[in-house]
Amino acid sequence: MSWAVILALGTVITAGIYLALSRDLFRCLIGLALLGNGINLMLFTSGRLNSLSPPIIPAGDTVLGATANPLAQALVLTAIVISFAMLCFSLILAIRIVQENRSDDTIALREAEPHSNDPLKPIIEDEP
Amino acid sequence: MILAVAPLLVPLATALLCTVSYGSPRLQSRFSIAGALALLITAIILVIEVSSNHVVSLTAGNWPLPYGIEVVVDRLGVALTLIAALMLTISLLWQNSDADPAPTSGFFHPLIHGLVAGSCAAFITADLFNLYVWFEVALICALGLLAQGGGLKHFDATLKYFVLNLVGTLLLLAAIALTYAATGHLNFANLRLAVQQVDPAVMLPITGLLLIAFLVKAAAFPFFAWLPASYHTLPAPSLAVFSALLSKIGICALVRMLSGTFHPPSYLLMTLLAGIALLSMVIGVLGAAYHWDIRRILAFHSISQVGYMLLAIALSSRQGDAATIFFAVHHSLVKAGLFLCGALIFCMAGHYDLRRIGGLYAARPFLSVIFLLFALSLVGIPPLTGFWGKYLIIRECLIQGQYLWAGVALSVGGLTFYSMLKIWKEAFWKPHPDATWSPTKEKKLAPAYAGICTLLFVVLWLGLYPEPLLVFVNDAAMTIRGGIP
Repeated sequence: MSWAVILALGTVITAGIYLALSRDLFRCLIGLALLGNGINLMLFTSGRLNSLSPPIIPAGDTVLGATANPLAQALVLTAIVISFAMLCFSLILAIRIVQENRSDDTIALREAEPHSNDPLKPIIEDEP
Repeated sequence: MILAVAPLLVPLATALLCTVSYGSPRLQSRFSIAGALALLITAIILVIEVSSNHVVSLTAGNWPLPYGIEVVVDRLGVALTLIAALMLTISLLWQNSDADPAPTSGFFHPLIHGLVAGSCAAFITADLFNLYVWFEVALICALGLLAQGGGLKHFDATLKYFVLNLVGTLLLLAAIALTYAATGHLNFANLRLAVQQVDPAVMLPITGLLLIAFLVKAAAFPFFAWLPASYHTLPAPSLAVFSALLSKIGICALVRMLSGTFHPPSYLLMTLLAGIALLSMVIGVLGAAYHWDIRRILAFHSISQVGYMLLAIALSSRQGDAATIFFAVHHSLVKAGLFLCGALIFCMAGHYDLRRIGGLYAARPFLSVIFLLFALSLVGIPPLTGFWGKYLIIRECLIQGQYLWAGVALSVGGLTFYSMLKIWKEAFWKPHPDATWSPTKEKKLAPAYAGICTLLFVVLWLGLYPEPLLVFVNDAAMTIRGGIP
């Protein structure tokens, strides 16, 4: 069980980093989303994978037996919601950038920073 | 008591009211300013409460620790909350002037209150996962404020801000998962005890990951690229709040982690942090020397100033922490003041680029004096606040025998002076390149001047009479290290 999770974790995080380093805008964002999901999986694993029974005290009993850790599940649920919201925002942002810039190449996107082939002295931007 | 969560409930409630009153701009701006004043009053009450009672804390739902999420308002948290409230009020006042206000689309007010809610909550939370959640709240609101400009330049800035900060929060989340797996705790006080039981060789990579995550947030070398790519696209009121709060979230978290929770930090990490601090100081100030756009110059300076705060953390002593907190307070006020001066210069002279402007000393001597005081404070000329901040850091370096660190800190001060002189010479002394130029008269600038004079008053007061703040930051540093002042 642990080995399968470790393997999945490694694969998802590697794929995420590989895609996030891409020049292609959408690949980069999908990569970040994958990376986020890999780390969510890591958060889920941090509560240990030792039991499948839910953390409920049976009627008539007073102590909790060997059950799954509910805290890690609560944490990962929060993290999933947040990373989903971030993914939605980033995709809409990417669509607007592609519409305005007519390109999904991030190298071509240097509106807010000096370009690498600018002259040595910074150019004057006429729209402050 | 319930007062402990007020710094996050007040701006969240205001953000909600501003969202509901989206259709009516007048009502929205009234809600907004009322919320900012309420936050300011809350922060002042909390300062009084914390000064006499040590800390104000609340555990959600009265669950016993470590099961409940705890909020602890200590001196560090309350100082930064007060600054957040002050900057929010000034920024909303500024929004009514004609000096580079944010677009009036109805999104500005809810987003800026959301940003302040996220930052204030990050300053006062005492739970590592909760800290991550508030980082994300601040991040999404900051993204909204950046994208609000609506041009390709703004979207580009938003993208760069988004990608780098998201990587930072993902690293934080990974570090949280590892910390929980290693110790079984997320509450700061419980973590502090649990970390002692864990093998230092296990804790070292986890602490390192946390350190990198917070360094991304604090915009330190080599993770600072999001800051100079985005700050100059913001309108003045948002920019003032961004520069005062966002890098401080990272600094505040770093101080709490390295001096409080994960104490004692490893010698290796602290030496690395000092190296990062020195490189941030030098690279930041060199970037500032290259640029000609006022906002870009000031944005690069922020990186250099973050270097000073990191250096003080790397000294890993109580005096070093006190210096960090003093410097954070000083930097929030002075840097926001300089960005606001930049917006006034833009409004008078018509451009942010220093090569297109000039002649302001003759035309607007009052603005010149305001700028000069802020600039000299940033450089660290006595008796202004920057002098006390740098004095504390350099004195502690010399006491610990780190002469190289002290030397770099002093020479970076010289380079800071150079770039402030550049702005002074180009924008104020040199005649305006357009001979027919005269400053516009019909613009509404009274709220802008009121805001910047308030800020200047606070800076001058803290500079001329620093004793109360010095005592306060010393007690704050002692509280973080688990002592009772």
